[in-house]
Amino acid sequence: MANVLVFAETRGTALRKVALEAVTAARALADASGGGEVHALVAGAPGAAAAAEQLGKYGADVVYTVEHPALGTFERESIAATVAERAKQGGYRAIVLGFSTQGRDLGPRLAAKLDAPIASDVTEISISGDTVVVKHPGYANKVVLTLALSGSPVVLSVRPGAFTAKEAPRSARVERIEPAADPAAARVVVKEVVEGAKGRPDLGEAPVIVAGGRGLKVAENFKLVEALADAFGNAAVGATRAVTDEGWRPHSDQIGQTGRQVSPQLYVAVGISGAIQHLAGMRTSRTIVAINKDKDAPIFKVADYGIVGDVLEVVPALTAAVAEARKHH
Amino acid sequence: MGAPTVKIAVCIKRTPDSESRFKIAPSGTAIDEAGLKFDIDDFAGYAVEVALQLNEKSGGGETVVVAVGPDLVQESLRKAMSMGADRAVQLKTDAAPADGLAVAKALAAELKDGGFDLVLFGKHAFDTSAGVVGTATAELLGLPCVTAVSKLDIANGRGSARRDLEGAAEMVEFPLPAVVTIDEGIARPRYPSLKGIMAAKKKPLETKPAQLGVVRVAVQKAELPPERPAGRIIGEGTAAVPELVRLLQTEAKVL
Ligand SMILES: Cc1cc2nc3c(=O)[nH]c(=O)nc-3n(C[C@H](O)[C@H](O)[C@H](O)COP(=O)(O)OP(=O)(O)OC[C@H]3O[C@@H](n4cnc5c(N)ncnc54)[C@H](O)[C@@H]3O)c2cc1C
Repeated sequence: MANVLVFAETRGTALRKVALEAVTAARALADASGGGEVHALVAGAPGAAAAAEQLGKYGADVVYTVEHPALGTFERESIAATVAERAKQGGYRAIVLGFSTQGRDLGPRLAAKLDAPIASDVTEISISGDTVVVKHPGYANKVVLTLALSGSPVVLSVRPGAFTAKEAPRSARVERIEPAADPAAARVVVKEVVEGAKGRPDLGEAPVIVAGGRGLKVAENFKLVEALADAFGNAAVGATRAVTDEGWRPHSDQIGQTGRQVSPQLYVAVGISGAIQHLAGMRTSRTIVAINKDKDAPIFKVADYGIVGDVLEVVPALTAAVAEARKHH
Repeated sequence: MGAPTVKIAVCIKRTPDSESRFKIAPSGTAIDEAGLKFDIDDFAGYAVEVALQLNEKSGGGETVVVAVGPDLVQESLRKAMSMGADRAVQLKTDAAPADGLAVAKALAAELKDGGFDLVLFGKHAFDTSAGVVGTATAELLGLPCVTAVSKLDIANGRGSARRDLEGAAEMVEFPLPAVVTIDEGIARPRYPSLKGIMAAKKKPLETKPAQLGVVRVAVQKAELPPERPAGRIIGEGTAAVPELVRLLQTEAKVL
């Protein structure tokens, strides 16, 4: 029997999808190791503790809450100290978090503080005796590695979307704890937050992504991509490096080997050639649609549904048809 | 007022060309390296360039490149020196370990007393795609750490940087010494000049054993992911739109 600690990520005061996925992964790990408990730790600005109930619904037995105004911007040093302190006190078998921007930063800090072996971006977790075994796609998703981690605890960050959050209701015991390091005393000080596009889901969480490439020709034509995303209603907008290099979209929208790695239910590639580095970021999407005027474009090799045509014509028509289809739903 | 010089360490990794088609080695636990082209990892290459530019701006200073791994990493260290780095340190291991924390321990032991103002890493390496080593090294050294930075400047013992978040970005400030991991878009690595290549041959490259400690992460298996079923073109132009919508509704069930 072994307990598992989850760092449940929030944005503002709302839980992120990956937080619930991490709880589901932790629940399975605790169950597989003889029915341990899942403890979740949620840290954020005042109000973040309200997430406790939802964490219980997805399988957390205990929820630790830490609230402080300075934690609203994910104060890393303080949060790492607090999670590590809890981990030491709780004697957990594993600490599970999301492989998101926050988790990428937090995971290695925890590994170093706890002297714990770490695996990043894992898509499967199992336990066999003293060893935790995980799958982790490396080489920009071109090679799947099975890693064996010895020692306890281990730190595991789960790939967003790889685990499907499942309800496993408990009435979680909620306990308020104090930050282990003053969140207001951070050495790295956030001077300014530059917000990206509002009102769209994040690329890592959106069920649908509409991505545009150089085939759109000029920055203004990106509004066709925006309009198609609007028609789907729940879509995020992504881009190729050709597009972010041109400055049509910020680098944070870039999908691919050196950008975000995504696996939505539906990925619509608009005027994208399908370079290997772009495919590295989206080939695990469930359904891929491609619109490109060149029938030999490599994107068609991975597209479940391809349309050969001019994006300036096809995309507006598709936008209208999708809007129409959703109206009758 | 002459700017004070800075001392920068850049930790680099040698990885295969990302465009390669990979095959699995007979051992079943690694890729088959035969015929692959290796170079400084992309992000680490950006980090080398950033260090050189910061040093050029400060009008002096030193850039030291450090790599953990077998003798093959010397090739990457030489390349970084041909770009302009002043000297290199190889922390020797038999193979590149899969345990990021062990690598961080070896680097921290080497960098601890080096008097560096700044330690740079790529935000992650192509092969392991894990992003552990930079941040873990910072933590072991007790230094402030800023990850995935797309703009970096230093002045008067402080750094300022832009770090990209999901759908937003932050402008941050921090005291030096510090550890920074470098994202794309910050600088294109320069090509070594012939003069640089000649000069690099005479620059010092020191080799010492890596103090990895216990290695607790091992690759049990490496495999190629399942292929996607072959793509299918359903039609041409706007005439194909109704069929696409139908397939999205009835087959893919995403609409
Ligand atoms: C180290 C490295 C890392 C990289 N990382 C990334 C990464 O993370 N993400 C990424 O995306 N790229 C990355 N790249 C770049 C990548 O190799 C490609 O250059 C890039 O993906 C191309 O973007 P694109 O498809 O928008 O442009 P292009 O390759 O120029 O393709 C444009 C496509 O639009 C089509 N087209 C043109 N006009 C029309 C029209 N009117 N209607 C329909 N179709 C049209 C063309 O047929 C063409 O297929 C990386 C490259 C390197 C070397």
